Amino acid sequence: MSAAMRIVNGKVYDPANNIDGEIKDICIKDGKIVDSVDDDAIVINAQGMVIMPGGVDIHCHIAGPKVNAARKLQPEDHRHDVHPGTPFTRSGTGGTVPSTFATGYRYATLGYTTAMEAAVTPIGARHTLEEFHDTPVIDKGFYVLLGENIFLQNLLREKRMEEFDQAVAWWVNATKAYTVKLVNPGGDEPWKGKKNSNVSDIDEKTDEGLSPREIIEAFIVSVNKQGFPHPPHIHCNNLGHSGNYKTTLETMKTAGDMRAHIAHIQFHSYGGELGKNPVSKAAEIVEYVDNHPNITCDVGQVMFGKSTIMTADAPLAYVLKGHTKGKWVNADTECESGCGIVPFQYQEHVYMHTLQWAIGLEIFLLSKDPWRVILSTDHPNGGSFMNYPKLIKLLMDKSFRHEEMKRVNQKALANCSLRDLEREFTLNEIAIITRAGPARALGLSNKGHLGNGADADITIYDEMEDKEMMFNAPRYVIKSGHAIIDNHEFKTDFIGKLLHISPEYDKKIEEVVQPFFESYYSIEFSNYAVDDSYLHDHEIIQTGNAKA
Amino acid sequence: MALKLNLHTQPDVPLEADCISPDKMQSLSKHEIEQLIIFHGNRQVPLKDFFECSGEFDGEINIDGDLSRIKHIGAAMSFGKITISGSVGIHTGAAMTGGEIIVEGDASDWLGPEMYGGKITVKGNAGHMVGSGYRGSTIGMQGGEIIVHGNVKNETGHVMRRGLIVVGGNSGDFTGVNMVAGTIIVLGEMGIRTGAGMKRGSIVCQTKSELLPTFTHSCDYQPLFLQHYFKYLKSIGLAINDSLFNGSFERWCGDSVELNRGEILLYAGK
Repeated sequence: MSAAMRIVNGKVYDPANNIDGEIKDICIKDGKIVDSVDDDAIVINAQGMVIMPGGVDIHCHIAGPKVNAARKLQPEDHRHDVHPGTPFTRSGTGGTVPSTFATGYRYATLGYTTAMEAAVTPIGARHTLEEFHDTPVIDKGFYVLLGENIFLQNLLREKRMEEFDQAVAWWVNATKAYTVKLVNPGGDEPWKGKKNSNVSDIDEKTDEGLSPREIIEAFIVSVNKQGFPHPPHIHCNNLGHSGNYKTTLETMKTAGDMRAHIAHIQFHSYGGELGKNPVSKAAEIVEYVDNHPNITCDVGQVMFGKSTIMTADAPLAYVLKGHTKGKWVNADTECESGCGIVPFQYQEHVYMHTLQWAIGLEIFLLSKDPWRVILSTDHPNGGSFMNYPKLIKLLMDKSFRHEEMKRVNQKALANCSLRDLEREFTLNEIAIITRAGPARALGLSNKGHLGNGADADITIYDEMEDKEMMFNAPRYVIKSGHAIIDNHEFKTDFIGKLLHISPEYDKKIEEVVQPFFESYYSIEFSNYAVDDSYLHDHEIIQTGNAKA
Repeated sequence: MALKLNLHTQPDVPLEADCISPDKMQSLSKHEIEQLIIFHGNRQVPLKDFFECSGEFDGEINIDGDLSRIKHIGAAMSFGKITISGSVGIHTGAAMTGGEIIVEGDASDWLGPEMYGGKITVKGNAGHMVGSGYRGSTIGMQGGEIIVHGNVKNETGHVMRRGLIVVGGNSGDFTGVNMVAGTIIVLGEMGIRTGAGMKRGSIVCQTKSELLPTFTHSCDYQPLFLQHYFKYLKSIGLAINDSLFNGSFERWCGDSVELNRGEILLYAGK
């Protein structure tokens, strides 16, 4: 049980409750934010400091078999970035894919207290939950990959939609996931079956007789009908290809007025001709998102330097491997998905990399509704989450942004509007894109704000002119009422909880699914579903008629 | 007067002593040097538990004793000179950026892995992975010189990108495996699969060698640049046959499974 606490004299940024830089006391009791506490509560004097809810990362890759494969692939990253232990915390290794313990602690050192792993195959769920249990401080959940699931695609093709809904709910329950994830829908199966093939259009029928649009629509309808707190998390087709913005617009149109989340939208905002250098179509994408409140997205900002491409989009990894000509991983995950891992380096002088960097910033800066355009680097695809403070500085400080622009490929800058954008984000807007916005998009009513009853996940930063420095080293990080970081030092360890959903389903669907397992899976049906012993500390987020 | 270290007790398990480096010892008193931490197995112990110190550090460290079980000597050093009178253990000069290490005896495996600059001279033999990259690294040695007067074992210059490795005797298998660039000169014989997966760079050998089928004979010629190398090697005491200066070399291009821009130069006689 955490001690009662009162934080006084701090400047509070709590956009969900319309508090913008107001000096206000925050009281904590039993891990929750409350109206008041007794006089003997611990007092933190936050004079000259900024108080925000703990950060929420809506899209990152931090646990599971593919993350572990990336760790094993890059021992050189670990040697060069040792994460030492402290009397309260365990040691680990860093790099773009940190070890489990280092991942939790490093998120905490940025003031983040919740993170969602964005792509886990159902068969990898057990492994992911085990790693989550060793990922300290943060609360976490994961999105389960169902878009390439052969069984579900069979149901779709046969128009058995009622069973499809039940099967989706069964799979989410069986894996303890938070929502469903679609990655290059319809693309992995052709890739696995036919050499170097992929889908290139949202309406292109695959050999299985389904188009990506049919798959996307089916999941959007099913998830919205079942009222998952977070809609399908969609990695659109044609990621990274010139001209893909049309596919992205069509994907968003497929949702109609139903909720959908477009992942790392920066990678899907390119104009130009296929096979040639892209140009920016950020304005067109942002305009659509602004005008359609049912759509949320995270940006997937590219940051220069080392990254690790890590995706269920196996054909994409093959293309990138052709550029890097280095080590890589490509894997088939039974009847469920594909996987590709490619160590990567984004470089300022490269046209494509600069354009990606610029498009990401354009999307942030052009957006009129920061609540639905959420900060992410698609860690570690666009760069490590450790780049978030620098990204925040790029958004908040136009002179810094213009200085950085001098170092990048000028030809690429000429093909976007970044030079003309003078907007600077305020601290309130930063609190929206890193906390309140993602929490709302995830349907996490107890996170991302500092109102009564919210989880006591709080970050206190020294207010500084240099925003990168400010967001790099919070003075206090409080998780569920525990002061994890106190005066810049870890003072205790804490294992956060799993966030998952448990939608209702008809048990009869198991009789439909089971024969498929016996015919095609390497694992017995009875051993497949993750049992409750893997949950440890967890919270079931209610499903139902979630708001649009 | 140089700082002198004398190994007074042979460790029962290898010691990790990356503190034995000019960078770590400069401006320290004798007492402070004696208290520097080394790893004895998984225990941290002061340097004085195994080494007797005398003299004062003036940029040079002389070490006596059989150091074949002492690891990481001179790791990451950037200046100064370390002279080792006997043999030395693994990871000597790992990732060093400058300065000089002289080993009068033999060196064990992983000599100068991922080094950026400086010079390592071994008067005896060296083990496997001389000037290589650590497992997983795509880039190994990136600069500097490693001169081994005797023989070396396998995977010399693995993924090296820049710099010079000279072997006075024979080299084992996979010499220059996956090398990205740089120069390896072997004055004795090479083992099998030389240059496997090499992208660029030069491997020069005084004797004929069986090469992989992915290397193609390009021409026989007299490379002028080699005369400069041989002149330099002669000046530092390596036995260079005078016939090499004006001799002809077979030029083999490869590895064609990679960029095919590497070359292996084999002495073809007068």
